[in-house]
Formats: sequence, C-alpha cells, structure tokens
Amino acid sequence: MTTRKEKLVVVGNGMAGVRTVEELLKREPNRFDITIFGKEPHPNYNRILLSSVLQGDTSVDDIILNTYEWYEQNNITLFTGDPVTHIDTKQQFVISEQGQKVAYDHLIMATGSNPFMLPLPGADLEGVIAFRDIEDCEKMIDAAKNYKKAVVIGGGLLGLEAARGLLNLNMQADVVHLEHYLMERQLDETAGDMLRDELASQGMTFHMGKQTKQINGKERVQAIQFNDGEIVEADLVVMAVGIKPNVALAADSGIETNRAIVVNDFLETSAPNVYAVGECAEHNGIAYGLVAPLYEQGQVLADTICKKEQVDGYKGSLMYTQLKVSGVDVFSAGDFREGEGKKAIRVHDEFEGIYKKIMVKDDKITGVVLYGDTSDSPRLLDMMKQGEDISDMSKAVLLPSEDAAGGQSPVVNMEPHETVCGCNGVSKEDIVQAINQDGLQSVEEIKQHTNASRSCGGCKPLVADLLQETLGSDVDIAQAEPLCGCTDLSHDVIQEAIKSQMLTNPREVMNVLGWENEEGCSKCRPAINYYLNVIHPESYEDDDRSRFVNERVHANIQNDGTYSVVPRMYGGVTNAEQLRKIADAADKYEVPLLKVTGGQRIDLLGVNKEDLPDMWADLDMPSGYAYGKAIRTVKTCVGEDFCRFGTQDSIGLGMKIEKKFERLSTPHKVKMAVSACPRNCAESGIKDIGIVGVEGAWEMYVGGNGGVDLRPGDLLTKVETSEEVMEIISAFLQFYREDANYLERTSHWIERKGLDAIRDEIIDNMEMRNVYAERMETALEHKPEDPWHSLSHNEKKRQELFERKPVELV
Amino acid sequence: MSSVQIDEKHVYVLPFEELRVNVPREIMWGETSIAVFKTNKDEVHAIENSCPHRGGPLSQGIVSGDHVFCPLHDWKINVTDGQVQAPDEGCVKTFDTAIIDGAVYLIDNA
Ligand code: SRM
Ligand SMILES: Cc1cc2nc3c(=O)[nH]c(=O)nc-3n(C[C@H](O)[C@H](O)[C@H](O)COP(=O)(O)OP(=O)(O)OC[C@H]3O[C@@H](n4cnc5c(N)ncnc54)[C@H](O)[C@@H]3O)c2cc1C
Ligand code: SF4
Ligand code: FES
Repeated sequence: MTTRKEKLVVVGNGMAGVRTVEELLKREPNRFDITIFGKEPHPNYNRILLSSVLQGDTSVDDIILNTYEWYEQNNITLFTGDPVTHIDTKQQFVISEQGQKVAYDHLIMATGSNPFMLPLPGADLEGVIAFRDIEDCEKMIDAAKNYKKAVVIGGGLLGLEAARGLLNLNMQADVVHLEHYLMERQLDETAGDMLRDELASQGMTFHMGKQTKQINGKERVQAIQFNDGEIVEADLVVMAVGIKPNVALAADSGIETNRAIVVNDFLETSAPNVYAVGECAEHNGIAYGLVAPLYEQGQVLADTICKKEQVDGYKGSLMYTQLKVSGVDVFSAGDFREGEGKKAIRVHDEFEGIYKKIMVKDDKITGVVLYGDTSDSPRLLDMMKQGEDISDMSKAVLLPSEDAAGGQSPVVNMEPHETVCGCNGVSKEDIVQAINQDGLQSVEEIKQHTNASRSCGGCKPLVADLLQETLGSDVDIAQAEPLCGCTDLSHDVIQEAIKSQMLTNPREVMNVLGWENEEGCSKCRPAINYYLNVIHPESYEDDDRSRFVNERVHANIQNDGTYSVVPRMYGGVTNAEQLRKIADAADKYEVPLLKVTGGQRIDLLGVNKEDLPDMWADLDMPSGYAYGKAIRTVKTCVGEDFCRFGTQDSIGLGMKIEKKFERLSTPHKVKMAVSACPRNCAESGIKDIGIVGVEGAWEMYVGGNGGVDLRPGDLLTKVETSEEVMEIISAFLQFYREDANYLERTSHWIERKGLDAIRDEIIDNMEMRNVYAERMETALEHKPEDPWHSLSHNEKKRQELFERKPVELV
Repeated sequence: MSSVQIDEKHVYVLPFEELRVNVPREIMWGETSIAVFKTNKDEVHAIENSCPHRGGPLSQGIVSGDHVFCPLHDWKINVTDGQVQAPDEGCVKTFDTAIIDGAVYLIDNA
C-alpha cells in the first residue's frame, strides 16, 4: 500500500524556513513532499555573514548554507526568484508570481523581514540602499569602486557592521545616529561611548543625536541633511534603522497579524495548518530579529507538525548579541537596563578598556553587557538561561578579572550542548568530537573542520582553550602550532633541523622532515627560503619561486593586478634631479597616482607589470624595498643643521644606516628612524629600531611598532657615538634575524623573549655583540645586487616575470 | 617524430624549454589573459589568469605541485582542473595544451 505523502509548502527560502525543514527531515525524512518558494534568486545562505562578506573576510560563495544539490538530494522542489503572491487558506493552496499553483497540507510562513526605509524626501535616489541581502552587499562593493563617501544612517548593530565593511572597502564611513550613544538597544551609555571611541579610532566619523531630514541629489544621492540644517556629503547612503516583519502576504490572506504574524506556543497562526517561524512571526508580542530564537522556534515547529508530544511548546527566547567588527569585543544579553528592584555589578577598567555589567533582580541575572573582554559571555548566558540563584556567589566569581580567574577558561564549565561559535552555531560537543575523531591539533584545523571561529573570530580564544582542555595540559599548543598545514613541526624545530642536519635547499628540507605536500605551500615555502638564507649566507642561492609575488617582481601588487613602485630616498632626503626623474617616469608610463608614503618617499602607484623593468631603467634609482621582508626605510627629522632644537646630525646618521643595511632580508619588515631630539619628529618611538639624539648621546629604542598591535619601543641603551649606534644595530638585527620566527616583527619577538634576554646577549656581553656584528658583516657581503638594476638588464627574467606575450592561432 | 598534426586549432605559445618549472607565464590570447604553468612533473597546464575570488592574477602566484596560490588573498587553485580548493569554492576556466616538437601549444576547443 502506498500512502500519499503530506504536502508541505514553505514560503521563504531563508534561514528560519530552511532550518525548520532540516529539523523536519531529521525527524521524518520520508513523510513530506516539500516545496519551497524563495523570493531571492539564491539557495539558502547565512544572512548574518553578509557583514563578513562586506568586510572582505569571506565571499558570497562561502556563506551558502544549503547548496542546490542539498535540495535535490532531499527531493525538495525549489522555486527561487519566485515569490508566493496568493494564499487560499480555505482550499489550501498557494500561487506564485510566475503562476505556480501548489496545494498544501501544511504551510510554513517564513518570509523574514524587510529593512525599514525612512520615508524621507530623496530616499528613492540612486545610491540609497539598505543592508539586508546579497544584492545590497554587492551594491556596496560596487559603489566602493567608484565612490568614496558613505553615510550609514543608524548606529545599531547592523549599521556599525555596514560602516566597518565600507571602511574596509576604502570608503569614508560616516555614521548618523538619533540617540546620543551607540547601540542603545544592546548597550548602556558607558559601553556605547567606549565603542564609539574605538570605532572612531578605526576611522568612522559619528554624527550623534542627529535626525535626518532629507536626502539631496539629482539622480544619485549627493548629501544628506539633518534637521538642524547641517549637511554631510554622501555618494552612498545605507539605511540601517531597523526591520519590518514581512506580513503583507499573510495579512492579505486573512491570517491574523499584528506587528508580525501572530503565533501561539506551537507556532500556529490563526489559519488552520498554517504556521509561521522566524522574523515574520510574533510570539507573546515579540518578533525576534536574531537567529538563535528562530532556530529554537524551528525545533518546536518541527515537533508540532510531526505531532510529537510537546511538554510546553515554545516559551520565548533569551536575546543575546555580539558585534561582528574586528578589534571590538561587545556582548549584550537580556534586559540590561537599570530599574526598580534591580542592582548592578560593574567592573570598569579604563586602562585596559574593559567594561562589564551584570544586572541582577531577585538574585537572578537579568541582563549582561560586556565590552572589551567577552570571555565570560557563555558562562553568564548559561546562568541566565538556567535562572541560577546567585545570592551565594561573590562578585569576584561572577565577574572575574583576568588575573583573578585562576587561569580557568569559561569554556571548562560550559555544557556540551552550549554554543561556542554563535555565528556558525557550533557547540562545545561538536568541537570536542571533531578534535577527538579527526585528531585536530590547532585552532586553524578546528576552523576548517567545524567552521567554528570562521566568521567574526570572536570565539577564537574559547576554541583555543577548548582545544587545550581536550588535548590535556601536557600538550603545549602554543609550541605545537605547526609552521603550516604541510607539517606538524614548529618554526624552532625546523630551524634547528636545518642547522643540525645541514640541509641546504627547500626540497631537501621538506623531504627530510616529512612534509605532507611534496612542494609545500605559500606559507612554508617563503619561511624555509628565509631560514636557509640566514643559516647559509655564503652558499645558499635564493629561490625566487618560494617568494611571494612582491618579492619576486620587486614591486607591490595592487588589488587590480597592477604594481606600485617606491624608489629609495635615503633618510627621506631627495633632490631636484630625482624628483624630475620620477615626474618624467610618471608621465611616460601614465602613472595614475603619485603619493608621498608614510615612510618619507614617493610611491608611483598603478604601474602595469610589463612596464616595470623599463620604468626602473628610466628611474635609475635603487629599489626602496617597500614590498620586502627586509629593511624598509630609515625616517629622519631635519636635525641639528637646521632645526633650532636639534642636538645631533639625524639625517647623516639615518642615511648611513640605510645605506649600510638596505636590501638585507629580515624575518619581517624592519623600519627605523632617527630623530635629533626627544620631540621625536621622525617617530622613533614606534620603530623596530628608533634612535633619539639627546645632548652628547643617542638613545636607542627597539621593538616599537605603529601597525596592528601598536607598541612603543623599549629603551635598549644609550650610547655616545654614532659608531656605537651602528655596531649595536648590527648586533641587534643579526640576533633578530637568527632568532625570530619568519613573519615575527621585532615587537612580537621582544614580547616573546623579554628585553632582558636581548640586553644580556648584545648589550652586556661585548663578546657576543662582536660575534653578531661579524656575522652581520658576512650577511651584508652576500646581499643581492639592487634588484631593479639587475632585473631591468636581464632579458630572460624580463620575459619570464614581466612579459604578457600575445599569442594567436597558427 | 610526432604524429600529432598542428592545425588551425593550435595556438603557439613558446618553446617548452623556455618555460621554467613553477614559474608561470602570462600570455594574451586576444582579450583573454592566460596563465601557463609547467609543473614539477614537466606537465604543461593553462588556466584563465583571473582568480574566481576577486580576479587576482594567478600567473603571479606561488606554485606548489599542482596548485597555485593566488597572490591577492591566497586562495589555492588546482592548475590541472581549475578547481578552487576547500575551504573556498569555485573554479577557473582551463585550456587544453599540447607539447609538439618541443613547443607548447594551446588548443582552441571553442
Ligand atoms: C605605501 C604605504 C602607505 C602610504 O601610502 O603611506 C604602505 C603600504 C602598504 N603597507 Fe604599510 N605602508 C606604508 C607605511 C606603513 C607604516 C608607517 C611607517 O612605516 O612609518 C606602518 C605602521 C608602522 C609599522 O609598520 O610599524 C605600516 C603598517 C603596515 C602593516 C602592519 C605591520 C604590523 O606589524 O602591524 C602591514 C601588514 C604587514 O606588513 O603584514 C602593511 C602592509 C602594507 C602593504 C604592503 C599591504 C600589502 O601587502 O599589499 C601596502 C602596500 C600598498 C600598495 O598597494 O602598494 N603596512 N605601513 C607606506 C609605505 C612606506 C614606505 O615608504 O615604505
Ligand atoms: C547584515 C546582517 C547581519 C546580521 N547579523 C546577525 C547576527 O550577528 N546574529 C544574529 O542572530 N542575527 C543577525 N542578523 C539577523 C538574521 O540574519 C535574521 O534574524 C535571520 O536571517 C532571519 O531569518 P528568517 O528566515 O526569518 O528571514 P530571512 O533570512 O530574511 O528569510 C526570509 C526569506 O523569505 C523571502 N520571502 C519574503 N517574502 C516571500 C514570498 N512572498 N515568497 C517567497 N519568499 C519570500 C525573503 O526574500 C527571504 O529570502 C543579521 C542580519 C543582517 C542583514
Ligand atoms: S596602505 Fe596600509 S593602511 Fe592603507 S589599506 Fe593598504 S595596508 Fe591598509
Ligand atoms: S583574488 Fe584570488 S584569492 Fe582573492
């Protein structure tokens, strides 16, 4: 006997609808004949990761949750780009825009929401968009190619993620917010202000307490205007002011709606056999706008449709959110507002930029705001969910400071089912299982196997802790972190092996040390090439095939495949002849942009690959190595010859240093500076090596960094003569070259080794200082020729590396 | 020696000897930029010189075995079949090649 399958129709091919279908298939794989209608022309994708797509961390293809094959394998009929336009709740069928008529036994409404567009004059201009779907994201990416000024209206979660993305796309990002502090629905004023300071330092401009009155422009938007008359120029406006549940279809079909489609505890609507789930559903007066609640609803709805015994149905969800902007840790859950009968526990460390607040009512946590350090979030969230009585707990237990936590990670006390990675919905047990089953050893591997920490990366510390906990404390993960996926060995072990086993070329290193991929990868090849260079300065022949493109073609690749050219200007000093040559080359090769760099020299940007050798020959200046893991620049200030405060010849010393060490390869780039007095106009305090002249002496700072992890240099020593400066630079750089891991800046190296260890080796121990300085001389003797000169005079290399040879049919 | 006929479907590229292992060459066939690779097995492969991610020039990547790493964001792509390797997804157009009498040819199958 064959029974007819029950017909299930889903309106909305988004996260809630498809998740519910997955839950149904888990319970009853063969019971339903499923049809899904989607308005968007895509399979189901992870909407929350659009922020990551916009920020350039992932691609649209990466965020597809269910591929077309998945629908096929599960016998699901899918209509994309074809919205349902009519529902007949009496006869039980739906009709789509393109005329599909499908009958149902069960109908799931999962139409999500639409972005709320402020009905302002000018809101229909070209360049005014929302941030909701792939199309919006693509519009922003496209706009960034031609336009510069973006304004985001709305300083909530979505608006800030959009603004961060626009910054990453090289646009200016102004954020307009009606309230006086950011994310007021998730944060209190203190946290909101801390967030604003941080984002301002990342480059966003804020207009707080401003109401937009109109959008100006002819065809395309040109500016927005506030109620107070102020005008801000804009060629892209992103509205991120909220969402409006998509209820029109349901309302037109006579289904009861309020703000959203009204459902009971079993997700049933007012019409028989019609259910609603996700953002379009309103339960107990709440329409949720987050994925965690909709996944919970999906489980209840699957139980309802499959007629499983349900104890109490859906009881509402706790709301918690995290901001997906790199460099900012923000977490908020529940009701964090102050009020009657509530008390707060607060920790505010202005030095570390950490703020934590827990709201407590009747001995239970009702809300949490964490800024700067969100590692407590899983634990606090669990306490909230369980309604734990906290009256016996001390405040130090609730909000441990980093030191007081006794070294125990919050992940230790998490339940197996608790979510570690919110973006991708990966639980603690998923990760532990993957570690055990697949023998994973690093966070990187966990990311690849489970997706945990793949999106915003906020949970990375937890994942690392979990790895450590699962592998046991005798496994030292930091040490075991392998050089790359081709080997289990760390940098140290590989360097040692090259020395002790006298390995002399990359293939040999990989063979002898049991590489998994015969020829390695883009991570290990450059590292091994570097180590061989340092260990065998006299005999090793550089392998240009192991070098990243920039170091192979001696220019910086740009996002469009052209290159930039930065000639050396020793100490930032130039003259009319050089400038004339640069100007002539810029004309001759139609250079789109000339720019003064942060390193006191001139950058010719956007040069075609095939023009590089000719341009170098014309310039006839040495390469500035602006692309190299090598000595970059030595910045200088004007110094004693001109400046009224100058105490030393900073230009002279700077040029001398640059001439001596140029073209020397180093584990990572090395930047130096010489200033002639403590006013420090050459910014010596944030250089790998920074020299500051004082009356009768030079101070030497090392390990400074002005980049990602800002770090002031440490005072290494103070010496009287410029000869001593040169000698200590030699010893310091050689020690760094031999000891640091490839791609470890001096700042990280010094943090790892400690300043004292470096002083012991090259300041206090004259013998070692001389040994290093001598080895440096050997390395300098074997430095390559100026690469621009040699490449532009080598016909074979020219063809091999720079030519774009036209070919045609014979 | 060779029994293969060079016909009007063949595009002459360069002498096989001039192609260095793991150093891709960029050629322009009409408007199309193509990256030609010689792998460590002395095989020649050709793929479109444009990464499916954001169009990075694959001829400028580091080559290891059958794979090239895109110079822009390090996607890993198999040069023999054009497939992007996990965790990324996608594929690049490939072109048939032939080595005839010591010269490398592309074959126009269009
Ligand atoms: C051209 C220049 C920007 C400018 O227009 O001023 C520049 C351009 C680039 N920088 Fe920079 N940096 C430039 C000065 C700086 C400075 C300021 C300075 O040197 O005084 C810093 C902060 C100081 C520091 O390094 O401590 C800086 C910190 C970085 C970093 C972060 C390094 C870090 O350790 O945190 C990177 C990324 C990296 O190297 O991995 C980077 C990487 C880059 C790259 C090479 C990115 C890349 O891999 O493609 C950029 C090439 C752009 C291009 O398409 O040509 N750039 N970069 C500057 C070149 C200076 C020069 O003449 O050589
Ligand atoms: C940029 C961004 C970042 C976000 N970040 C987070 C985050 O960090 N954490 C979090 O929890 N949440 C986040 N969210 C919210 C989250 O994405 C939503 O809550 C979730 O996608 C809602 O799922 P849904 O299925 O209800 O709606 P949707 O995913 O919107 O799916 C509804 C689908 O139905 C379609 N549809 C509508 N009408 C019809 C019709 N008549 N016929 C056929 N199809 C129709 C729509 O086109 C849409 O594709 C974010 C959202 C955005 C836009
Ligand atoms: S030049 Fe430097 S700061 Fe500017 S976008 Fe490139 S890497 Fe970032
Ligand atoms: S363009 Fe190739 S990896 Fe991004």
